[in-house]
Parts: sequence; C-alpha cells; structure tokens
Amino acid sequence: MRPLIVIRRVPKIDFMRWHFFGFAFSGVLTVVTIVLFLMQGLNYGIDFVGGTLIEARNISGPADLAAMRARLEALHLGDPSLQTFGSPQDVLIRLPQQPGGDAAQMKAVQQAREALGPGIDYRRVEVVGPSVGGELIRAGVLATVLALGAIMIYIWFRFEWQFGIGATLSTLHDVVTTVGLFAIFQLEFNLTTLAAILTIAGYSINDTVVIYDRVRESMRKYRTMSLRELINLALNETLSRTILTVSTVALAVLALLIFGGQVLRGFSIAMLWGIAIGTYSSLFIAAPLLYYVQPNRRAIARSDDAREPGVERAPR
Amino acid sequence: MLYFANWKILVIVGACVLGVLFSLPNLFAPAQLAWLPKAIPHKQVALGLDLRGGSYLLLEVDVAAAQRDRLNTIIDNVRNALRDAKIGYTGLNVEGDAITFTIRDLDRLDAARQALGKVDQELTVEVANDGAGAMRFSTQSTENRRRQAVDQSIEIIRRRIDETGTKEPTIQREGQNRILVQLPGVDNPEHVKALLGRTAKLTFQMVDSSVTVEEARRGRMPPGTEILQAVEDGRGRGGSAYLVRKRVMVGGDTLVDAQATFQNNEPVVSFRFDGTGAKRFGDATRENVGKPFAIVLDNKVISAPVIREPILGGSGVISGSFTVQTASDLALLLRAGALPAPISILEERSVGAELGADSIHAGAVASIVGVALVVVFMVLFYGLFGIFADIALFFNLCLMLAALSLLGATLTLPGIAGIALTMGMAVDANVLIYERIREELRSGRTMLSSLEAGFTRAFGTILDSHVTTLVAGVLLYWLGSGPIKGFAVTLSIGVLTSLFSAILVTRLLIVTWVRQLKPKAIPL
Repeated sequence: MRPLIVIRRVPKIDFMRWHFFGFAFSGVLTVVTIVLFLMQGLNYGIDFVGGTLIEARNISGPADLAAMRARLEALHLGDPSLQTFGSPQDVLIRLPQQPGGDAAQMKAVQQAREALGPGIDYRRVEVVGPSVGGELIRAGVLATVLALGAIMIYIWFRFEWQFGIGATLSTLHDVVTTVGLFAIFQLEFNLTTLAAILTIAGYSINDTVVIYDRVRESMRKYRTMSLRELINLALNETLSRTILTVSTVALAVLALLIFGGQVLRGFSIAMLWGIAIGTYSSLFIAAPLLYYVQPNRRAIARSDDAREPGVERAPR
Repeated sequence: MLYFANWKILVIVGACVLGVLFSLPNLFAPAQLAWLPKAIPHKQVALGLDLRGGSYLLLEVDVAAAQRDRLNTIIDNVRNALRDAKIGYTGLNVEGDAITFTIRDLDRLDAARQALGKVDQELTVEVANDGAGAMRFSTQSTENRRRQAVDQSIEIIRRRIDETGTKEPTIQREGQNRILVQLPGVDNPEHVKALLGRTAKLTFQMVDSSVTVEEARRGRMPPGTEILQAVEDGRGRGGSAYLVRKRVMVGGDTLVDAQATFQNNEPVVSFRFDGTGAKRFGDATRENVGKPFAIVLDNKVISAPVIREPILGGSGVISGSFTVQTASDLALLLRAGALPAPISILEERSVGAELGADSIHAGAVASIVGVALVVVFMVLFYGLFGIFADIALFFNLCLMLAALSLLGATLTLPGIAGIALTMGMAVDANVLIYERIREELRSGRTMLSSLEAGFTRAFGTILDSHVTTLVAGVLLYWLGSGPIKGFAVTLSIGVLTSLFSAILVTRLLIVTWVRQLKPKAIPL
C-alpha cells in the first residue's frame, strides 16, 4: 500500500535569504511583548494572584447575571466579575483577593455561596489564598528558567556550544512570544498556561535539534560547502519532516481545542500558538543564528573522524 | 537489519502483550470489573478529583502560633524563677519566637542565666552583658515540635473527616508544615472546612467571682485570671464576658466520648471522662460546690453553670445555645480531639461530579478525535508504513495506560491533554525514520540498506528530541502541583513509551513484513 500524498522532491527554498525578515519580525514581536508585559501586564488567574473562582450553573434556566451580581456586590467583597460561558445557564464568577489573609478568602466563598442561595449547582470552586499564590509564581518562573538551562546544557553536551546559544535564543523567543500572546489578548494566565509554555519549550527545542542534527551531519559530509548553503540544505532536507510533524501535533492540539472543553481552552490555545511559533523559529531564527555564531567546523569534522570512520564524503 | 534476536522479539512482543493486558481494565466500569476472571489484572488508572469530582484542600499548620502559646504559658514560670532568685527585671514579654526581658541587676547576670536555664530544658537562654535577654526554643526542639504538631494534626484531621462519613479521603503531608486533604465526591466542603478550621480545645476552668468583670477590666485583675468572651450564640446575644482562672481544672484531652443528645428538648452535648479526668473533675467540683465554672472552647466560654453538687460519675452535659447541627459538630470535634495548633486553609479546589463527568467526556472525545486524525494522516502520507506507525501508536497508548495503572498515577484533565499531545508527538519518531529511509532510497541505496540507515541515523535525533521533552516533563512534575503533576506524568511516561514503540515495535513490524512477504520495493 503506497502513500497517497508524497513530497517527492527535496525543495530548494532559500531560507537564508528570508532570515532578515524573520529576525525583524521576531524582534518586533519580542519588543511588543516586553512593552505590553510591562505596561499592561498579564491577566493572571487566581493560581497566581489568589482569589476565588466559581463556576456555577443555574439549575432552572438561564442565569440572571444582574441579580447574581447585585447579591454578590451586597457582600462588599470587592468587585465581582460575572460572565456566562458555554451555555446561558453557566456563569463564571470571580472574586478578587480579599484583604485579611487566607482565612478571609475562605470566608468570602462561604458568604458567596450563601448569598447566591439554592438553585445553583457549583460545578467548580477554586479558592487560592495569598500565601500560595506567590509560591506558584516563583515555582513557575523557576521551572521555566531551569528547563531552559537544562535544555541548553544538554544541547551543549550533544553539540558544540554555538548550537547551544542558537537553540536557547530561539526557545527563549518562543517562550517570550507565547507570553506575549497572553498579554495581547489578555487571556487568563494560569498554571495550565505555564505547563503549556514548558511543553512548548520542549517542542520547540525538539524541532530545532532535528535541524541542527542535520546541519552538523552535513558539515561532516560536505566540508567545503559554505555555511549559508549548508544551512539552507539542512532546512530543505528536513522540511517535509518539519511539516508532517507540525501537522500531526497540530491535529492533536486542534482536537483538544475543539472538543476538550473550557478547562483546557487556555492550554490548547497556548499550545497551538507555541507549535506554530516553535516551528517558525526553528526555520527562521535557530538555523540562521548558526550562520552568525559560526560553529567550529573543523572540530566537528574531526570529532566525526574519531567516532565514525568511513562515513562517505561528497566528491570533491 | 533483518536480524532480530529471538529474545529481543520475545521482549518486545511480551511488553506489548502486557501493555494490552494491563490497560484492559480501564475499558470497563468498576462494576463490570468484578465479573472479569481473576487472571486478568484489575487495576485501573486512578482518576484525579477534577475528573471524578471532589474537593482538594491545602492546609497549613500554624506551628508558630502553637509555639507562641507555649511561650505564653512558660512566661509565668520565667517570672516565678526570677522572683524566687530575687533578680530584678523589666519588660518580660513574648516577642515573635522568643521570650524577651531585661535584667536590671547587671552584676547578677550569671545568677539570672542559671535560674533561667532551669525553667525549661527545650529553651536556650541568652542574656547579653547589657542585661537584654531572650529565651527561644532550640532549633532541634522547634523541629521536633513542628514534626509532632503536623503528625498529630494529620491524625486528628483524619479522625474528624472520618466522623463526617466521607469515603476514601486522602490526607497527606505536603512540604514542611502543610497538609493536603483530598475528599472525593465532596463538592461543597464548607462543612468540612468549618470542622477543620476549629482547634476544638476544650477546658473546664473555675470562674473567679471575687471581683466583677468590669472591675477586672479597670485594672483590678486578680493574679492568674483572664477575661474570656462568651461564644456568640447566633441569636445576636453574646458579648458577655467572664473572669476565669487560668488554671485548667480538666482538659478536653481526658474525654473519652461525646455525643449530641437532647435535654429538656434542647440540643446538648453529653460527655464522659476517662479515669484521671473523672477523678480530677470530681475533686474540683467537690471543693467548689456553689461556685460557677466555665466550659471553655477555643478560648470562648460556652456556658458557666454553677456547681450544685459534686459530679463524681465522670460524665456530664454541656448545654449552651446549641442547634442540632452545632451540638453534633461539637460532639464530633470533642471525640476527634483538639488540634495541637491552629490550621488555616490556603487553597481550595472543588469540582462537582457533573463537571468531572463532562471533563472525562470532553477529554475522551478530544483524545479519540486527535488520535483518529493522526492515524488517518499517517496512512495518507506513509501508506503501509503509516499503518505500521499506527499499530505502534496503539501499543504506545496501551503501554501508557498500563504504566499509569501500575504506577498508581492519577489521571487529571491536563493529564488527558498530555496523552493527546503525546499521541501527536509520538509519531514524530516514525516521521523522522521514514523521511530518512526515503532520503536514503533517493540517494540510490538498496532497499534493505536504506531501511537500516533510516533507523540508525534517525536514532540520535529521536533520542535528543525525546530527552529534551523529558527534561521539561520532569521539571513540571517536580515544580507543579495537582493537575499539572498529572500532565507531567503522562507527558513523561508518553515520551518513554513512544521511544520504545516508535522505534522497536515499528522496526519489528517492518522486519517481519520484509521477511514474510519478501517485498521488491519499499512503498514510500
């Protein structure tokens, strides 16, 4: 049984010609992210800033948001935010962090339950006190930094340090711009988002490694080819793999986005973006960066001689 | 390439069979599981609270508060010790984690050090040469006390929760002084929270009637007494206060039973002392007939009845303005015992059973659709080899489920996302191998050597990409909490199983195909 769709020919796209646009685009994106992050900040979920989140379903029919809001406002628990989501019966209620420590948060949710009265099914209630919120931020930032560090060290081990720089920069770019996506659209940034970001870091580096592997292999094979040509060749040779893999992962994530329900929406959006930006950055950031950090080709060729003698060479 | 040692085949096939076998129970409802023959494994993947519905509470034991309480009781001994040794001092106080004071007689510092050293073995005494002094618990004893307090709290929380009839609660230590409570099936934990939030320290203390509360407030406080407020009774009363002797006649730790009952149609709590408690209570009541005593719960007076006759039977009744609910809660708390330190609730996450079921449904649909899309995609782009990859993917899924079941890992909604994602990423290994085989074919190699080269050359790349994902997974597991841990677990397990299935299973399939059917060309 033969495949129905085959990419028969190795494409000859001059990626290096476009890399300036890539750098410029990414530069702008990164700067916009940083500016937005500093000016507007992120729409942090309660995992990070504390507070109360209640997903309530009005059992008898469409929920009366105004009445619910009035009841909650009467409690003087700060400015409650209410919005329907999914169906008109379902309401997402957010109460801000209460002054007065952990006990005050617990009291607030109890009061809210009493104020809203019967006839409401509490599908989800999350209360995060101030002492945990700060820890979660620290743990999250630490995880991201450590992950990047660990990945860089791994690349360093497997490749030469120049590759490590390229991989780290492009992964950092993906992480930053994913945060940017959340800053631009003010999507809720919570623990699941953080998980998505780390997964994106893993995916993006994965993509970069495949290309770097090929660049290094070509360096051994074609010792006289210019670095620019080499990078182009490696990108073209791995292009079909890049497209196929990004497609399968994107299919899986799309299924999650469409069918996975409200709880996974933020995660799926982050992942989808991350896959796109991760693939883009491997092609237009990570690979061209090698041209600028100039890996030591002689050393790479030598390590090849020592390890696997007899690998065929291109005719001179 | 064609050579595959028999033992290797055996291992691969064996692993796949075991994977299928151990993932099988997950297809059945728990009720159906009971009907399966004994030879088939029964262990299912444990569902997280976000999928089965329930409450997750993160508690913190306020060890510092317990320590402050203890310092406050010790401060009397310090005062006595200094007075007995006739050493002048000022500013005796509890500040933070220490008892602080200033010795006035600077030439008697050594005597002061000696006298204070005998107060409590666990306290270290520091008196500087200018007379400023502090007594603290040694780090060792603080550490011991902390551990003890948390262990005891876990025990008492377990008892309290068991009394409420919650099924299969999980109560475990988290970090240094935190306790994680998981209550499956509880979607409104307000009652449990109310029960956990109370220390429930019950004491019986004599009321001092030598002066009125007003007089005591104005500064004529008799030594060894304190003013305690009455419990608010919910009817707007309360606010009254009592002057109570600090010395405890009998403590709640000597209770052996407490029950909510009725007396004159009012809900009350009846209790029974153990031997020592009964004797102490009997003695105290015999000496104080006609005087009132206070029943104090968490530093608030429930009631202050007058002792009409000595109570020698070792049992009694607490009446106050109880409702049926508050009476039965108090009885429950007294039976379970007092917490060694106050507890605060840091985090609550509750999911209703309905949302949990919806999430399972959504996760399952998303995974099935995702896997189906990937399967079709692989066949479209790789034909027969795509089917091989799909078979490997199937075993990968089985192995993942089997590993999750066997490890007793908890499957959460993000965990399901992890599975769906892994399915998408797992075929990456196949894509890498197949693309490589194609390239080798294009460069003019023979069929067999292309296959061989495809696998060996792609391996390094596959390993690199898996390791990097694994790094992210392990870090997530280490630093994440709750549902995120669930995601990290499935992601990491998925990376490992896909390494096995995508490389070894696919390879075995291709080798078998080549051997059995002796194809002339590779359909790629």
